[in-house]
Amino acid sequence: MQKYSVFSLARNALSGHRNWSRAWRSPPLKDQYEVVVIGAGGHGLATAFYLAKEFDITDVAVVEKGWLGGGNIARNTVTIRSNYMRDESIPFYVKSVAMYEGLTHELNFNMMHSKRTMVDVVQTWPKLRELRRRQLAMDIYGSTYEQISENELRSRIPALTGGGPDARLPVICGMVHTDAGVNRHDAVAWGYARAADALGVEIHQQTAIQSLIRGADGHISGVETNRGTIRAKKVVVAVSGHTTTLTETVGLKLPLRTMNLTAFVSEPVKPLVDVIVNCPDSGFYFSQSDKGEMVIGGAPDMGQSFRRDIKQNVFEDTVTAMLSLFPSFKKLKLMRQWGGHLDIAHDASPIMDQTDLPGLFVTAGWWGGYKAIPAGGLTLAHLVAKSEPHPLMSSFTLNRFRHLDFVMEAGTTTAR
Amino acid sequence: MMLIPCPFCGKRNESEFIFGGAVGADRPDPNSVNDAEWVEYLTVAPNPLGPVQERWWHARGCSEWVTIWRDTRTHDIVEAPDDSE
Repeated sequence: MQKYSVFSLARNALSGHRNWSRAWRSPPLKDQYEVVVIGAGGHGLATAFYLAKEFDITDVAVVEKGWLGGGNIARNTVTIRSNYMRDESIPFYVKSVAMYEGLTHELNFNMMHSKRTMVDVVQTWPKLRELRRRQLAMDIYGSTYEQISENELRSRIPALTGGGPDARLPVICGMVHTDAGVNRHDAVAWGYARAADALGVEIHQQTAIQSLIRGADGHISGVETNRGTIRAKKVVVAVSGHTTTLTETVGLKLPLRTMNLTAFVSEPVKPLVDVIVNCPDSGFYFSQSDKGEMVIGGAPDMGQSFRRDIKQNVFEDTVTAMLSLFPSFKKLKLMRQWGGHLDIAHDASPIMDQTDLPGLFVTAGWWGGYKAIPAGGLTLAHLVAKSEPHPLMSSFTLNRFRHLDFVMEAGTTTAR
Repeated sequence: MMLIPCPFCGKRNESEFIFGGAVGADRPDPNSVNDAEWVEYLTVAPNPLGPVQERWWHARGCSEWVTIWRDTRTHDIVEAPDDSE
């Protein structure tokens, strides 16, 4: 792997930037691998990278229907945080946030990590009670949450001029999560792809999985693709919303529903808000990107959906909620909107496990899985290599459905 | 925006409704199924790439419960597939 540094930059500048080597190869597709990872998104690429790096399993193919990093890793709002509710969840996300902070170094790829703090705008007393309960749980695991007064909240976010005493939901106070940050989503995908490729992992784009193959011995034996059959004793499904679509090709049912979550961005403006603002009572959140755009997200569509775009009424509801607290944003022009489909179990916690079909692993139910990419990849690599869950993920297996031992998570998203 | 047909009010805006979930399997007799089948009934909802049958509650209208088929790829309200009951 060509190391990126100020020296390589200078060296390549001298030759007019014509001699940079490719970040990853496009090798010919073999008909057999030790592990096939379906989905070259954040979780798939991170899993392949940690399989190679931590467990010396390098005979790995990551197959992707579209292009690398073009699914939900390109569609989320890049919020990295660990303010969760449950004892099972918080240590995992604390680990993931810590891994993200070291990722630029680990992958030799600039993640443009910006640890800029998330501030919750609290407008109802039940929400305040819930967040203070989360604060006490988070204290145990070294994550930070701190209550600030309305005055301090408004001084930290001067654009927050709505929600006064006459509003339907007056602002009560704020909750500050200093561990939160944002980074660059493309860099995460490209960084993992490049580092995994350097360790011997093959990445095959434009390779659509048509079905999984159940072998005669009752184990998974490979996958059927548009480029032919690939045999593998271990197959990892890391495809977000299409998890059940794939597992149903071998008759496997999973407790997941696929839903559409949308986001949109404004035109770029000068620096105005330097934190991630989350308004759970109003139902929206936003942050300002390095380019100056407001990146805004709201509630999911009602009902299941595989349609990856935004509905007019969801868009209007989110904008209405935002303008009630940030009336000056009325002047902003909105530039782009999009949706991504993701799957969710009804306890809103992820599923990472070997399925009833031995050799077939799933990582699914990641609602807001962007923040979970490094630790999710590491723990899934552990599961695939050792066939037993990583301690951080042992509560998130399919067993919790068999024993109705759910991890009801309130911190998953603003939208629930 | 979807226009959901209500038997009393006609086609009404989706924002007047509250989603009531996909129509799953009928509740089995708990004594006649094993644990795995019972857990599947409790936890697995239909998640098709295509038409799904679901209930919507006209909460901001006449309060009627409406059952429709909707295509999850397009959000179009569609006819019941031929192979459905």
